[in-house]
Amino acid sequence: MYIKYIKSEPPSDGFGNSNANDGRLLSSSPGAGTGGTATGNNKPAPGPPEEQQTLLAVLQFLKKSKLAESAEILRREAGLPEDALDPKGTDASGSGPGLAAGSGQVDGVDASSLLSRVTVSSSAAAQAPKKDSSLAACFYSLSASPDQPDVSVVLSAYSQQGDPSLYDAYYSGLKRFIESVLDCHRAELSQLFYPLFVHMYLELVYNNNESVAKAFFEKFSGDQECYYEQDLRILSSLTKKEHMKGNETLLDFRTSKFVLRISRDSYQLLKRHLQERQNNQIWNIIQEHLYIDIFDGMPRSKSQIDAMSGSLAGEARREANKAKVFYGLLKEPEIELPLDDEDEEAENEEGKPKKKKPKKDSMGSKSKKQDPNAPLQTRIPLPELKDSDKLDKIMYMKESTKRIRLGSDNLPSICFYTFLNAYQGLTAVDVTDDSSLIAGGFADSTVRVWSVTPKKLRKVKSAADLNLIDKESDDVLERIMDEKTASELKILYGHSGPVYGISFSPDRNYLLSSSEDGTIRLWSLQTFTCLVGYKGHNYPVWDTQFSPYGYYFVSGGHDRVARLWATDHYQPLRIFAGHLADITCTRFHPNSNYVATGSSDRTIRLWDVLNGNCVRIFTGHKGPIHALAFSPNGKFLASGATDGRVLLWDIGHGLMVGELKGHTDTIYSLRFSRDGEILASGSMDNTVRLWDAMKAFDDLETDDFTAATGHIHLQDNSQELLLGTYMTKSTPVLHLHFTRRNLLLAAGAYNP
Amino acid sequence: MAEERRQKQCSVVLPTESMKAMAESVGVGQLQEDSCVALSEEVSYRIKEIAQDALKFMHHGKRRKLTTSDIDNALKLKNVEPLYGFQSQEFIPFRFASGGGRELHFYEEKEVDLSDIINTPLPRVPLDVSLKASKEQQKTESTEPLKVVKPGQEEKGTIQGKGQSTTTPDGKGKEKGLIRLKPRSTHELSVEQQLYYKEITEACVGSCEAKRAEALQSIATDPGLYQMLPRFSTFISEGVRVNVVQNNLALLIYLMRMVKALMDNPTLYLEKYLHELIPAVVTCIVSKQLCLRPDVDNHWALRDFAARLMAQSCKTFSTTTNNIQSRVTKTLTKSLFDDKTQWTTRYGCIAGLAELGADVIKTLILPRLTVEGARIKAVMEGPVVSNIDKIGAEHVQTLLLKHCASVIAKIRPQPDNVEQYRAEYGYLGPMLCSHVVKARTQATLQAQQVNRTTLTITQPRPTLSVSQSGLTGSGGPRTPSIIKVPSSLTLMSPRPGTPSQPSPPATKYIVMGTSAGAASTQQVITLSSSQSASPVTSTVPSATSTLQPLVKLESGGTPGLTASRPLQKYIVVSLPSSASSSLEPKSSVLPTSISSASLDGGIKLERSESPGVSTQSPH
Repeated sequence: MYIKYIKSEPPSDGFGNSNANDGRLLSSSPGAGTGGTATGNNKPAPGPPEEQQTLLAVLQFLKKSKLAESAEILRREAGLPEDALDPKGTDASGSGPGLAAGSGQVDGVDASSLLSRVTVSSSAAAQAPKKDSSLAACFYSLSASPDQPDVSVVLSAYSQQGDPSLYDAYYSGLKRFIESVLDCHRAELSQLFYPLFVHMYLELVYNNNESVAKAFFEKFSGDQECYYEQDLRILSSLTKKEHMKGNETLLDFRTSKFVLRISRDSYQLLKRHLQERQNNQIWNIIQEHLYIDIFDGMPRSKSQIDAMSGSLAGEARREANKAKVFYGLLKEPEIELPLDDEDEEAENEEGKPKKKKPKKDSMGSKSKKQDPNAPLQTRIPLPELKDSDKLDKIMYMKESTKRIRLGSDNLPSICFYTFLNAYQGLTAVDVTDDSSLIAGGFADSTVRVWSVTPKKLRKVKSAADLNLIDKESDDVLERIMDEKTASELKILYGHSGPVYGISFSPDRNYLLSSSEDGTIRLWSLQTFTCLVGYKGHNYPVWDTQFSPYGYYFVSGGHDRVARLWATDHYQPLRIFAGHLADITCTRFHPNSNYVATGSSDRTIRLWDVLNGNCVRIFTGHKGPIHALAFSPNGKFLASGATDGRVLLWDIGHGLMVGELKGHTDTIYSLRFSRDGEILASGSMDNTVRLWDAMKAFDDLETDDFTAATGHIHLQDNSQELLLGTYMTKSTPVLHLHFTRRNLLLAAGAYNP
Repeated sequence: MAEERRQKQCSVVLPTESMKAMAESVGVGQLQEDSCVALSEEVSYRIKEIAQDALKFMHHGKRRKLTTSDIDNALKLKNVEPLYGFQSQEFIPFRFASGGGRELHFYEEKEVDLSDIINTPLPRVPLDVSLKASKEQQKTESTEPLKVVKPGQEEKGTIQGKGQSTTTPDGKGKEKGLIRLKPRSTHELSVEQQLYYKEITEACVGSCEAKRAEALQSIATDPGLYQMLPRFSTFISEGVRVNVVQNNLALLIYLMRMVKALMDNPTLYLEKYLHELIPAVVTCIVSKQLCLRPDVDNHWALRDFAARLMAQSCKTFSTTTNNIQSRVTKTLTKSLFDDKTQWTTRYGCIAGLAELGADVIKTLILPRLTVEGARIKAVMEGPVVSNIDKIGAEHVQTLLLKHCASVIAKIRPQPDNVEQYRAEYGYLGPMLCSHVVKARTQATLQAQQVNRTTLTITQPRPTLSVSQSGLTGSGGPRTPSIIKVPSSLTLMSPRPGTPSQPSPPATKYIVMGTSAGAASTQQVITLSSSQSASPVTSTVPSATSTLQPLVKLESGGTPGLTASRPLQKYIVVSLPSSASSSLEPKSSVLPTSISSASLDGGIKLERSESPGVSTQSPH
């Protein structure tokens, strides 16, 4: 259904006519200043014939609008021959034979009918212009390359297009209209308020109508949804054209189109209204700055819309979540199971018969089953297992046999690690998978590693001493350790700013830390020294995490990109760009093929490690996202944000499937229990809450969510799913971790 | 609200005066007004921008407070040199000054003499970051708070957790914990609490009645005892266990008084400790032997007292889930119906049941009257068996008459015919009849003043005493001090004229003398602090029915009297004006002169943690 070859903004189907008139009407004001017009052109050098066609259509339109001068400029710019326009122009000035077909347009007499050729019938209007802003920009700075929109170009889209004093009237007119429509449409159309408000305000500011802008803001800012308050606050401080340069929030708004999802009926209603009113100011904004994703079906309810909106740039486009995601788990490598041997050794001592065979068979058949949703084992290269890894896997299996089965009637015990005397300086915590080490990142740039088992932390001996030891002895691994350095705590110095993210490698040999100083450091837990400093982010790095298979790690920071690194490369392997604001947290999918990033733009994106594509965009949070957790089976993602809500996402379908309300402050940590039955969330509000994840996901499967329209009806069952709330006295919960036996560990710094 | 706030945010800009002041400070004199306005708007915008960035750092620093370092980091983001000199300040102590219509905030910087700093000894190094683990056993109650810190450590609030955990009912028996990591009672007490506990327990079982009264008073009123509750509970249950075996009546009484005091404390929630307390109380009701000499010691009073405690706890704590009342009733009924049950236990069962109310009497005791009557008759009129049995039978008879008469009076229509009674209730019939008649007349005559028969202690023997009789007193009439505490206050009988005793203000006592059950007069005795003064006695009209005797003392009048009726009963009502009242009516003999050594030894045997602490007053 989607048109792949849109090159310029079509004043589409039924609305085309009036827009064309507008163009003529409006051309007087900008034309005086710059000699440009309201509509625009694409690339200076026409490439494929389609583009040329389009250009010709535009030229013809200009000509028809008696803007010969502009047409001439465009023609020269496009490098078209002088006579290129003539024969075609006469052609098109007819009734647009064949070109208007299917566009449902009655009076396809003028050039807009020509343009409508590039839209394919029904979903035409949904095909929001992609290069529109740069198009408009062309008329102001034709020299600037539209492929690299710089700030001035982007901003220049806010050219004076109407009488500033009328903005108020426009907006209230639309408001009156939306308030008067049927209830079922009102909720959907209300989505328009916020982006229109922002763009109109920015336009006013850009055109130096400071007082009008202020009045406009004060009059209508109260109407906006409360979850936009943060952005409105930023907006409110912006009152001058000069401020707009370098304001990131503003650039976000400009460089990306605000995405709205509206049902066809509601859209038609809106279009008709604007058409009747000749309200081209608003229509221009919609055309230029908004992307309206039209779907067929029932209009959504207010609650459905509220669930999905709130992000900086509106909802995710539906096609953004269409890509196939291999969310299944990788096959576990087959390991000879000395687990059985050891057990049997013990059993054999008691004279019991061997039962190794049947056990092995059952294990084997299990691992042979290939998950259809799993990626190929070799989709991305993974490090080979070392002997020590195998030993660890064996330990893991052993432990998991002793794992406690959790459920709504069998909640985990919680062990809380309190950091004392941290003086508000604890910024990050991580625990190793086997729960033997705990590390804290601090605002004083240190990283501290504690051993929470009786086994103390020891350094490897110095090189000179290592030469002395007998390398053939059996306990060589023991001998290389320097007994004199044994202590419970080791401090790692190296960063020059607060450490915001830390992560242990799965084999417990390394530790990663990311800091405000823009670097990520890799530390050895054998020598307790820094091995590598990865430079790439020039701004604070908010989070970093090792892949579950080691070797790779991901980082994200203030520079809005997430980077995928390998420990033996000093430059990133992948750069995941697309977020509109800081990346606040990063998580690897259990199968290591995907990376999830949460951002201050209130979206979550899922990236494919293989090709760096963004395969999922999840919107719905109303604040910066600070916690992410994949379910152990890889199917679901949980996210927590400053709004205190936990949202659950189905990765395969790309849908929100649950909302857990209860926390009253930022959620800093989320963790699924080892079997995925319980979701634990820890928050700044000094509580740990346990949620019935099984129930949340089970209920879902019986639901007939309409994947086609990309939205579901969420039931408000947070209270049923909440299994327990555990308060600390005054310790924000920064980290949660389920041990292999399903004991819940929590950590945080006591906050006197 | 939000809207208003937003509007405010929109309009807040730095005043132009600030611009002028700043310009002057860098040497720019005459600044145009327009420039000031432009500057202030620009500066305000930039400040807001930086503040918004600083917020990011605060969020990532997992803090709620914005610090100066956040601002520094935000400045660094913008490639601006941070402001040095503001680090490590928890807050910036801006001072405010106004005058002449100008308001000013300034940062107070004192001039410090460098040598002062150099010469002062270094302050203590701040504590380094450390890690503490504390586990929380999973309970079913979701309100159970997570205890973050070991007791005595930096989080003082953890004790609160204990208090809260006791507020959640039905915690017992429903724990579905996986591993019991930490038993409930291991919460350590602070040193002060340990001292207090030691003092209280020693005073409660010690020899000094004054201290005991104070201690009990403290238990009954102190709002901060919840941490010690498990220990008290264990103390009582263990104490009863040991002292029942040793037949130490006095100690059992003291322990029951502790139970009473605990129950009276409105801030304590005993639900979680009933599993320890109720068996102890029931033991004191039905145990076969509670004292060394069952023929002379008044263990009956203890049974009565314990029975009343039992009734009270049933009333307070019995729920549909724990079924305390029905379980207790079942237990008591079972042993009551057992033929082999001894008289002492039988007495306890009846007392326990009778205290549970008229309905219980009606359904469980009245049908038994014939059987019990026959049993009593067998002892009374049959061949002389043991003296102890006879005493027991007498007590049971009195008890039955006392409790049943009022109930029968209510449920049975007049007239009361002796023969009918005999036919219906057997041996006890005639006596019942007279009691019922008496009850009826009392009810009609004194509609207001209810002669609460349940409160009287029949005192047939003149030699009743709590003491273990190690004392060979003067041989004179000793004042028995079986003290009943039905409501809220305890009474003590201090050593008279003890100089160390704080002189309490005059206390009023109403002494109701009854003779053979007939209510006669009431006297108000005003006692001054000086015990030597003779009590001022005045007769007052009987009080209202709500009169709750706090203490009842009965003095066996004549030692030689063997009659089964007490000569005189005194109901002493104390209206104390101070917490610790002292009283010793009519007698100046120390009532409980128990050898303290033996007692303390008995208690200390099981409480190793209270070795030889000086018995000082806890206050």
